[in-house]
Amino acid sequence: MSNTAAVSAGTKPRKLQINRRTKTIFFAVMILAVLFSVYLAGALLSDDLIQADFSKKGLPPSLEHPFGTDMLGRDMLVRTIKGLSVSIVVGVVASTVSAVIALIVGVAAATGTSWLDHFINWVIDLVMGIPHTVLLILISFACGKGLKGVLIGVAVTHWTGLARIIRSEVLQIRSQQYIEVSKKLGHSSWWITVHHILPHMIPQFVIGLILMFPHAIMHESSLTFLGFGLSPEQPAIGIILSESMKYLSTGMWWLAFFPGLMLVMIVLLFDRLGENVKKIVDPYSAHE
Amino acid sequence: MQIEARNISFQYRENTPWILKDVSLKIEEGERVGLVGPSGYGKSTLVKILAGYLKPTKGEVLLDGKPLPKKGVSPVQLIYQHPEKAINPRWKMKKVLQESGMFRDEVMDALGIERDWLERYPRELSGGELQRFCVARSLFEGTHFLFADEMSTMLDVITQAQIWNLMLKEVEERRLGLLMVTHNAYLAEKICARTIRLEEINTREE
Repeated sequence: MSNTAAVSAGTKPRKLQINRRTKTIFFAVMILAVLFSVYLAGALLSDDLIQADFSKKGLPPSLEHPFGTDMLGRDMLVRTIKGLSVSIVVGVVASTVSAVIALIVGVAAATGTSWLDHFINWVIDLVMGIPHTVLLILISFACGKGLKGVLIGVAVTHWTGLARIIRSEVLQIRSQQYIEVSKKLGHSSWWITVHHILPHMIPQFVIGLILMFPHAIMHESSLTFLGFGLSPEQPAIGIILSESMKYLSTGMWWLAFFPGLMLVMIVLLFDRLGENVKKIVDPYSAHE
Repeated sequence: MQIEARNISFQYRENTPWILKDVSLKIEEGERVGLVGPSGYGKSTLVKILAGYLKPTKGEVLLDGKPLPKKGVSPVQLIYQHPEKAINPRWKMKKVLQESGMFRDEVMDALGIERDWLERYPRELSGGELQRFCVARSLFEGTHFLFADEMSTMLDVITQAQIWNLMLKEVEERRLGLLMVTHNAYLAEKICARTIRLEEINTREE
């Protein structure tokens, strides 16, 4: 023991040299892997595992059913994972589409002519002015409800806030000296947008995407709860939570507790992922 | 080639005081001119107008008798006082040179740009090192006039001397027109063949 200590003191400890950047990338990849495996598990688990079985209805958490069973005797663990899988799909697709819309609209407003800017601001005010849930219900209903309706509804209503942020960021960047220099070096407005401005938008874009994710899930579940979203036989977290409301007063706490906890964990994992990605893409915070 | 400012007046908004009033000057290609004057007399404004970054309220800037080109590569390039503001903080230095097509060995050698700076971000270089990049990217084929707005004020004396030596060599070799703005009368005297005192040609009322 003392031998090895003396050796390591003499030759410098052979510790793995990992810098923060590598560590950050490692964590980001790990989180991504966890999220992806939850999605995959939900997508691959057979529907036979959540067949109704009234001999097992309303069981509290046990070794056999870690999350308990619901009033139809379905295993809550399987339902939760399947529900999270659906939520991840809805969250990722809807917020990505929304964030991309926000990016395009925001950059267009700040770069284009003034009438385009006025028009886009008017549309943003219009979308923000209508109560969110009403707009969501209308769009989801018009698009035929179900997963498709929810996706379209959430995607086309969540871009406004981020679009405003991106517009003002672009306006600020466009007044920088290096943009003026770039113009004098003969570069087109399009070239400047792609090479100078878009790289600056990555942190806003990523953070906006993260902040949209919980919103997307929340609105997905509220739409579903109101009957304009996913159909009740689909194991969405929104449906699980709204179902559990009926049984909470009878003391069946596990119906809401575990699915809710898992949902929070998934949301937090997305948040961590975003923070790590931000550190990787932003040279300022890379030195912190 | 020659660049001419004809009766330039400038104010930021209507009914605000004139920054510049009826300023005229001419610079020939191959000429080295210094522009001196007290703070707040509109030296930087004048240079920005000459380089086409600002539009004069009245008067015009002519390049060989024609107005400055609005689009495309400008034959008049401006080097700013703060290089860290004039370089995109998210770009590696290599891209700064590539932007103006000056990612070439002879340019980097002439300006003393070391190869391992190229893979760094701007905040990982000092002001003097950054300013060399700003000079390098302004020195492409189409440049005929180089305006330096207090280019070396923020640098220490040794770096100042280095950068000016490199600049002068390039300016001499390629017969560029140089207009430098400075507070430093000795520097102006050393570098320029002629000095313009802005308070003498700017007829605004105080």
